[in-house]
Amino acid sequence: MIDALNALVVLANFVIVPAVAYGAQLALGALGVTLIFAILRFTNMAHGDTMAFGTMATIFTTWGLQNAGISLGPLPTALLALPVGIAVTALLLLGTDRLIYRFYRAKKVAPVMLLIVSVGVMFVMNGLVRFIIGVDDQRFADGERFIISARTFKTMTGLDEGLAIRTTQGITVVTAIIVVAALFWFLERTRTGKSMRAYSDNEDLALLSGINPERVVMITWVLVAALATIAGVLYGLDKSFKPFTYFQLLLPIFAAAIVGGLGSPVGAIIGGFVIAFSEVGVTYAFKRVLGYLLPEGLEPTGLVQLLGTDYKFAVSFAILVVVLIFKPTGLYKGASA
Amino acid sequence: MTGAPFLEARGMTGGYGAADILHDLTMTVATGEIAVIVGPNGAGKSTAMKAVFGMLPLRSGAVLLDGDDITRLSPQERVARGMGFVPQVRNIFPSMTVQENLEMGGYLRRDDISGTIDQVYDLFPILRDKRHQSAGELSGGQRQQVAVGRALMTKPRLLMLDEPTAGVSPIVMDELFDRIIEVARTGISILMVEQNARQALEIADTGYVLVQGANRYTDTGQALLANPDVRRSFLGG
Repeated sequence: MIDALNALVVLANFVIVPAVAYGAQLALGALGVTLIFAILRFTNMAHGDTMAFGTMATIFTTWGLQNAGISLGPLPTALLALPVGIAVTALLLLGTDRLIYRFYRAKKVAPVMLLIVSVGVMFVMNGLVRFIIGVDDQRFADGERFIISARTFKTMTGLDEGLAIRTTQGITVVTAIIVVAALFWFLERTRTGKSMRAYSDNEDLALLSGINPERVVMITWVLVAALATIAGVLYGLDKSFKPFTYFQLLLPIFAAAIVGGLGSPVGAIIGGFVIAFSEVGVTYAFKRVLGYLLPEGLEPTGLVQLLGTDYKFAVSFAILVVVLIFKPTGLYKGASA
Repeated sequence: MTGAPFLEARGMTGGYGAADILHDLTMTVATGEIAVIVGPNGAGKSTAMKAVFGMLPLRSGAVLLDGDDITRLSPQERVARGMGFVPQVRNIFPSMTVQENLEMGGYLRRDDISGTIDQVYDLFPILRDKRHQSAGELSGGQRQQVAVGRALMTKPRLLMLDEPTAGVSPIVMDELFDRIIEVARTGISILMVEQNARQALEIADTGYVLVQGANRYTDTGQALLANPDVRRSFLGG
């Protein structure tokens, strides 16, 4: 019995808790991608770098606040800086739209053209972020490090194994729940949110109903800025901020959006957790969990790790390929990618 | 004729590219009247509707609504002026509920739209039962009711229907025609394009037979049904 509990604690500590936090971060990223796909009708390759830009803006604000001696006590100061980061990112995205996307939208180009355009935007944003903050790792998490540390957990429960829940993991999950609830409330209940869904459903009829497309597009970019910045900051707090890592996040985020069904917000959330649990589960060494569960003498001698952590991107990629082959519309009947 | 012309489209000539599709086409609809456009495939029936609604550039001619020249107005501005349009296809928001479809129909209105929603439900009782269901999950006839209901939400004085009975069963078609007559009785003028020419002319106050983008016959619905030339050429004997 104690062995089973110990096994559960190890699993929770190394798989469940990190994957839930990572899944929430991916879900927020995928929500941004899916929103752009549903309303602006293209796949935004610049989303990872939008997240990087938003996080960078938040980091600078955080440093400013820290220098001014302002903090949130046990919570990271970055949460206080988040609204500023979102506002700056919203301005960047609205500017990009005004300067670049609007031109192509007026010409009614094919979605694949916009995808290529967004690759260009991605390179520019990528360069911008590296130019301003540099390519190095930045840590900006402050405040209390743990909600429960492994040692406290051990003394509390008397188990051999410890379960640590970091503050950033807790904040990630709580923030994600609040953001998702607010987003769904907005889309389902408000007049503006409904007009965005109407525009996504049937652009021509939305026009006939008097819905202003430019306003819908603007609000979409602001929402995307908020989602991308929040996702980026939560990821950065949980791990660390490095521009290249954010560029790489594009793959699991796309995989999440596509697994869930492009254009479906619920799908994006489910997809985020599917990808996170697969990635963490497949690259985790189950030796210790099995050591507790299997009878004496049968404990594995190897690591029982399906893939090295270096290959974690292969997991998203494999899931992406399998979904595209067998269920291209994703779990929640989105558009086929 | 039951009143002064509410819509008057005079000498409309135009098309999408260099070649004209409409040639000096004239149509009027009086207040509370049902006007029907019939004609063979490719006669420019739907194009004529688009021209009246401002979705087709006109080289010459004018569109007057209640005496005002609206030729240069965009479709959205025409909606604000009291025109409602039900396109032939893609005329609902499929992933939204019936109720939300109606709410979007009344998007331009800043006053309380719940009274109008109730009126639409009174007109199409089945929609009240299905109001929380996605419009895309409804049957063909019910979807057309949603489409007409959506267009009625702005309280238009002229309702334009592009083949409202396309793809529905004969029973549903009869019911839709009954509802359209009911709408007209409330004083809303109706201009519609119909593939089912015979049934449509039966309920029409005025019928326009179009051939190659031009007026061929214009008369009351009954007179057109009785006209041997129209019967032979367009109504199958």
